Amino acid sequence: MSLATTSPTLTQPTATGLGRPARKPRPIAEFLSTYVFSKDHKVIGLQFLFSTLVWFLIGGLLALAVRWQIAWPWSDVPVLGKLFAQQGGQMAPEFYTMLFTMHATVMIFLVIIPILAGAFGNFLIPLMIGADDMAFPTLNMLSYWFMWPAFFAFGASFFVEGGAASSGWTSYPTLSTNVASSPGAGWGQTLWLIGLTMVGVSSMLGSVNYMTTIILMRAPGMTMFRLPMTIWAMFITAILQAFALPVLTAAGFMQLADRTLGTGFFSPEGNIVNNAMQATGGGQPLLWQHLFWFYSHPAVYIMILPAMGMVSDIMTTFARKPLFGYRPMVYSIAGIAGLGFIVWGHHMFISGMNPALGITFMVSTMMIALPSAVKTFNWLGTVWGGKIQFTTAMLFALSFVSMFIIGGLSGIFMAATPVDIFIHDTYFIVAHFHYVLFAGTAMGVWAGIYYWFPKMFGRTMNEFWGKAHFFLTFVFMNGTFFTMHILGAVGFPRRLADAYHYETFHHLQPLNAFMTWCAIGMVASQIIFAVNFFWSMFFGPVAGRNPWNANTLEWTAPSPPGHGNFDFQPVVYRGPYEYSVPGMEKDHLMQTDPPNAAALAAAGAAH
Amino acid sequence: MGSRLSGIFWSLLFLAVPVLGVATFAIAPAIDVWLPKDVSEHGQAIDSLFYFILALTGVVFIATEVALFWFLWKYDAAKNSRPATYIHGSHTLEVVWTIVPAATLLFLAIYQMNTWADVKMRRPVMAPTVEVVARQFEWRLRYPGRDGTLGTGDDLFLVNDLHVPVDEDVLVQLKSMDVLHSFFLPNLRIKQDAVPGMKIPVWFKATETGQFDIVCAELCGWGHYKMKGRITIESREDFDRWLETMYARQEATQPEPEPAEAVAQN
Repeated sequence: MSLATTSPTLTQPTATGLGRPARKPRPIAEFLSTYVFSKDHKVIGLQFLFSTLVWFLIGGLLALAVRWQIAWPWSDVPVLGKLFAQQGGQMAPEFYTMLFTMHATVMIFLVIIPILAGAFGNFLIPLMIGADDMAFPTLNMLSYWFMWPAFFAFGASFFVEGGAASSGWTSYPTLSTNVASSPGAGWGQTLWLIGLTMVGVSSMLGSVNYMTTIILMRAPGMTMFRLPMTIWAMFITAILQAFALPVLTAAGFMQLADRTLGTGFFSPEGNIVNNAMQATGGGQPLLWQHLFWFYSHPAVYIMILPAMGMVSDIMTTFARKPLFGYRPMVYSIAGIAGLGFIVWGHHMFISGMNPALGITFMVSTMMIALPSAVKTFNWLGTVWGGKIQFTTAMLFALSFVSMFIIGGLSGIFMAATPVDIFIHDTYFIVAHFHYVLFAGTAMGVWAGIYYWFPKMFGRTMNEFWGKAHFFLTFVFMNGTFFTMHILGAVGFPRRLADAYHYETFHHLQPLNAFMTWCAIGMVASQIIFAVNFFWSMFFGPVAGRNPWNANTLEWTAPSPPGHGNFDFQPVVYRGPYEYSVPGMEKDHLMQTDPPNAAALAAAGAAH
Repeated sequence: MGSRLSGIFWSLLFLAVPVLGVATFAIAPAIDVWLPKDVSEHGQAIDSLFYFILALTGVVFIATEVALFWFLWKYDAAKNSRPATYIHGSHTLEVVWTIVPAATLLFLAIYQMNTWADVKMRRPVMAPTVEVVARQFEWRLRYPGRDGTLGTGDDLFLVNDLHVPVDEDVLVQLKSMDVLHSFFLPNLRIKQDAVPGMKIPVWFKATETGQFDIVCAELCGWGHYKMKGRITIESREDFDRWLETMYARQEATQPEPEPAEAVAQN
């Protein structure tokens, strides 16, 4: 990340506070302010990226440990068994509940949400709208540094007495509020709530910043309907976060109070746990579920909308074709976000909530499938009639579409309330959300990394190894997750340390072993990615400003862009998807290309 | 990235998704990785809805995935020399692919309401057959004694061994003593969370005799995996005889039924 290019920024010259020439050179302070306590959105974005990738690895290893137990219950766990030295290498059932709780917690709160909004949102928003930085650089820095208390809280919780939280990532009371109910319900659960709150603060700071930046700091000519889909997705995601997060924060504080002050918001009268009567009561366990899902269902869209935006941009670049149905794409994102607030009850069909209410949520849930369908058809429309280049980024983007179809369609099964009675809390659900969040979002994230890597580090990643990484991940991923559908059809329940003693499930071990082998292969394939990533950072072929011949503003800046991003004032003349304009010599027309004679001629020919 | 072969390879990889996806679902019933045997009256409706949605989503799945494959195959830059089509969308198409799925989804929503109401809303008018109280990590059962009323001194107490008569409405009163649990009867297509502080009615009519699993389907702590019960569906005569036997056994061993107090508090 070179700061040598102190290019004259014409926009907002006062927005940044770093690198003042009057200051004496102090290497350590300089290093800290450049790479650690930086207010540059790109550095903050990369800080988010590196941190979340480290947690991605941790979350993946936790998943492997979970899969190990499901495939070969009570057998000695390699490495982990020795590390935690329990029962001579065997996994204790409470350790298993902790593993899947923390796998989900890490993946959702420390990987997916921060990698999309934190890493890509930070890095891309100012670059793609033509701003020199975020509206509030200090807030932006804080949004990253608030992640660290969360890292510490979640990380430390593994080592406290009783271990980390073990009441599921949904943390349902009274398992989570009653300290006597499980080993992880002690300090582990308290640290979990603190960590969650910190992640929330970080997201909130980010979301305020993104909204302000996108509304106020667009380059001249960049109207809202000339924004790339990535920015639209980030914008609507930020709105979702701003409205949904306060509810989770409040609920988190209530649960914390239940645990530490004995308030009893979520515990009913006369609750007897472990033969001990609880002192307080008067609460309702379902209240937590409502509050939690009021945030966490919109959060599902927070976890996929940015990936949808990025995939749309990447697909147009490599199909060399305008996005099919730009406005419907924008409206469907808005539709998903709006409906996203009134579907939370579909997590609670069999929770004891009034069944009549279940019907309401069933209808709204069916309807939210509609904007997703519209998006899928438009992506298909985008590749139709294109000139497709099978780059690594494109392959990941295409697989996002292919896999999102599966994840979207399986959602209809559980939206159907009567079918949900049977498949709720089974592996069918696990299949569904892994298709949306891993096969969907994570593929979108990889597409984004391969695509914007040249802008981040000035070099391109190796294409051959990128494709090898894609191929292995794609194959192993489907081996792991597709099988979960049929496992769920048997009714195989989630979160059981050992289900084979049930007559209904005793014959499913070989299938689970197959899935675990695939999961091991999937995690192992990431070694290729890690090596390619770091090798390319230093030794990859140097990329120019616009290695993919793309149209959006970030490709007009140097790779990597210096502080202040642009070495000229970007002025926008058109939308982001003018590929293959008839009558033009080159097949792309950048947003900043002035409407010269050739372009005018092309425009004339088009009409 | 130019070679024609690579385009063929990647297109076929995407074709493998619908091919192997359909194959998985086709093979699953043959290797017994499929819906467990249904022995309930309402289960038929749930299963046929499952198959209906499977067919519907299956068609959409195959159509969209094959379309994706075909576009990749046909519009590979290495293969075709034509420029990309310069098109920004189609109003007609957008209208069609908004209205058709909207109508389908709305139909699906309305179509299933009746089944949902049968299973969760149209509760039979009767006294509870049995009260099930979930606790870490067992199912405590309480049958009304000879007086037919729950909560009186002559109730029958059992653990994990649920018996119900066949071809009769059964009404279970579901409670929890400590944390959330979920009363899951895979073969009866029943699942209902047990919530501390709530009394939730669950009803079904079994159509066949036999022994089946009771599974806890909501995380309830470290022993969640072993919170296992059995349900025995038997004829009215067998059921009555069993009740009598159990009742006699309880009277012989427990003149003052002690668990009554602990459970009654709940």
